[in-house]
Amino acid sequence: MATKKFMYLNRKAPYGTVYALESLEVVLIGAAFEQDVSLAFIGDGVYQLVKGQKTDGIGMKNFSPTFAALGDYEVNKIYVEKESLEERGLTLEDLQHLVWEDEDDDYAEKDSIRLVNRSELADVLDDQDIVLSF
Amino acid sequence: MKFGIQINEGPYQHQAADSAYQFAKAALANGHEIFRVFFYHDGVNNATRLAVPPQDDRNVGQLWSDLAKEHNLDLVVCIAAAQRRGLLDEDEAKRQGKDANNIAEGFRISGLGQLIEAGIESDRLVVFGA
Repeated sequence: MATKKFMYLNRKAPYGTVYALESLEVVLIGAAFEQDVSLAFIGDGVYQLVKGQKTDGIGMKNFSPTFAALGDYEVNKIYVEKESLEERGLTLEDLQHLVWEDEDDDYAEKDSIRLVNRSELADVLDDQDIVLSF
Repeated sequence: MKFGIQINEGPYQHQAADSAYQFAKAALANGHEIFRVFFYHDGVNNATRLAVPPQDDRNVGQLWSDLAKEHNLDLVVCIAAAQRRGLLDEDEAKRQGKDANNIAEGFRISGLGQLIEAGIESDRLVVFGA
């Protein structure tokens, strides 16, 4: 099967609508297809990665721990747009620390999140074969 | 060209399924191929056979069923999204112990892998809605 570059573009906050959760479900299933996978978080989508989420008060499932498992699925290119963080008063420190183990480098633990500015992200998107926008 | 189509929004509430239908019809009329149409998020609601829209309006689900019949289209409804929203085929209704099913003719229920495969196998994956 051909290998294509798949980009999952996440634009929405995690619980107000179901898009974030159902995007993550596609990522997890898609990981089995051995494609070149990237995720990007822009706009309110950056809230999906905020650490310490507690959803007891809204009666919904907290799915944010699943992001920490993406490294095990070899999903380790996670782009976060710098301007989107800044516009919301957030920094990288507010986000989960997502890592993956590089088996070609003695299983060294490496950061999955790549902080990029808007024009850098535009170049990344331009380079994709498939962009699934959620 | 070979197209994959993804529909992310339900009928009437959103134009996505209408736009996708017009796109698919135009693509087929111009000799292109539709590899698959994948219904995700609230888009799964396009597959109910129980919708009864007013007679002076279009029937979005029926339009898809008819187009599928005419062109032998593969209309796939995401099973995870469908189960959340109460869309069941006969097998799934039996398996889940439900007393009814509601999938329209021409649609089938399957997994998200079918969406990924549509991305891989098509020249272009065109996404409608969301």
